[in-house]
Amino acid sequence: MKDKRLVIYAVISVVLLLSPLFLNAYWVDVLNNVGLYTILALSLNIILGHAGLFHMGHAAFYALGAYTTAIINTTYHIPILWLLPVSGLVAGLAALVVARPIIHLRGDYLLIVTIGFVEIVRIALVNNVFGITGGSNGIFGINRPILFGWKINKPWEFFYLIWGFAAVTIFLFNRLENSRFGRALNFLREDDVAAEGSGINTAHYKLIAFVIGAFWAGMVGNIFAAKMTIIAPESFNFWESVVLFMIVLLGGRGSIRGVILGAFLVLGLPEIFRQFATARMLIFGAFMVAMMIFRTEGILPPLPRKYPIAKMLGREGSA
Amino acid sequence: MTTLLSLKNLTKRFGGLVAVDHVNFDVEAGAIVGLIGPNGAGKTTVFNLITGNYRPDEGDVIFDNQSIKTLPTHKIVSLGIARTFQTIRLFHKLAAIENVLAGCHCRMQSGSLAAMFRTPTQRREEHQALQTALKELEFVGLQSQADQLAENLSYGNQRLLEIARALATQPRFIILDEPAGGMNNQETAALIQTIRNIRDRGITVLLIEHDMSLVMEACEQLVVIENGAKIAEGDPQAIQSDPKVIEAYLGTDEE
Repeated sequence: MKDKRLVIYAVISVVLLLSPLFLNAYWVDVLNNVGLYTILALSLNIILGHAGLFHMGHAAFYALGAYTTAIINTTYHIPILWLLPVSGLVAGLAALVVARPIIHLRGDYLLIVTIGFVEIVRIALVNNVFGITGGSNGIFGINRPILFGWKINKPWEFFYLIWGFAAVTIFLFNRLENSRFGRALNFLREDDVAAEGSGINTAHYKLIAFVIGAFWAGMVGNIFAAKMTIIAPESFNFWESVVLFMIVLLGGRGSIRGVILGAFLVLGLPEIFRQFATARMLIFGAFMVAMMIFRTEGILPPLPRKYPIAKMLGREGSA
Repeated sequence: MTTLLSLKNLTKRFGGLVAVDHVNFDVEAGAIVGLIGPNGAGKTTVFNLITGNYRPDEGDVIFDNQSIKTLPTHKIVSLGIARTFQTIRLFHKLAAIENVLAGCHCRMQSGSLAAMFRTPTQRREEHQALQTALKELEFVGLQSQADQLAENLSYGNQRLLEIARALATQPRFIILDEPAGGMNNQETAALIQTIRNIRDRGITVLLIEHDMSLVMEACEQLVVIENGAKIAEGDPQAIQSDPKVIEAYLGTDEE
């Protein structure tokens, strides 16, 4: 069973890795977008999927990362990839400041406040706060990233940058969810009174979940800015947050493989059914409704964590 | 004997209702103490005041010579007070072993970075936590069901799992809120032995229970409250013959 799953993962990875060889630039670019949203949705998955915090303002952190990179790069000409951690830090810091006072809010209340946050960020960008965001025109002339002397320019080059970053993210987040930290988030999602009563500082973990999620979204913003070379507030509106929210819910809360599949479906399907024009959103909507009724935990819900219990008890062959 | 926990004039009001009314009692280290009283007497409220789920309006909670009334719940747990809940509050969608690992949490250090880079310390700690969790499951007799989801356990076993989770926090003092609720006679008899085993590990026990056979057999000291106020305190024999208690509590049998 486990071996079969590994084979499937390996085949998918190889096909994905080779896909720029047989896809045209348009479709490679679609896959790049899927990759960016995969990473964004994985970062939201920490907050929404694992900690169960209804956060619908993730685009705000994405925007902060993108604008941090754009502003510093166009003003001081610091190379893009050096700004990757800086973008993450700015977004993470913003999460710390914003989430601190609202962390005790539950469910729908938190949802409303985070929607407010993403709107505040967007309007602030449009209004050209401090004269550095370029208003509704945004910022242009952002440099391309240079990786080990290789200038990343064409869609297929971005493809390997983005999916390489996605692979690192998957690797690290998989470790994160199979740890004391990941478990703590699940405990407080399941029952935060019981989690607190078991000795878990629930407010602290909710906050750290926000900071890690925002940090990653900020880093994705950095790559997005470099990929587009021009960014505007339009790219970070409320709808982007909704799409990310949808990817996590549709794919499976707390499930890495579910979120990846969710990103492919939510971004890929509308592209595939482009010829149906407006009807595609109708089909898509109907699909979402059906999902919410028949598979409430998402398409690929998380697998239970594995512990070497049998081995530790010295039982053999019982598993 | 030293006093481990001491309630001093503890009072809690909900609007006009005085749920806990100037309650005073001490729990000696190493004792098994029962808190009894009719339904709605304020027993669980007393527990919630000790564990920081509620803040007292008056009075103080002293644990090991330290006031804990302003501490957050998770700090109180790490000081050594563990609890179970009257309405079972397990993490239902997670395996039994993971529920117990929740209790191990406060005795571990590794954070998110250590997890991402899987440092040697982090791996050692995970291994140790897993061993502790298995040991506690074994202690309550649920070792064979370690990988079952908590929601799939029987009602009695869910209560035991809550006890295992509480014990995994390595407490000095454990608070059990109706541990025998929903258990049959056989399970209750086993529970009495488990409670004694807990005490023999050096953990002081305070429990709320409606099953009088358990209370009379397991507890060495009883505190009776009615309408939020303490009406009697003493050993089980004395309590059984206390006219105030009979009137308030056991007297209902004579109708």
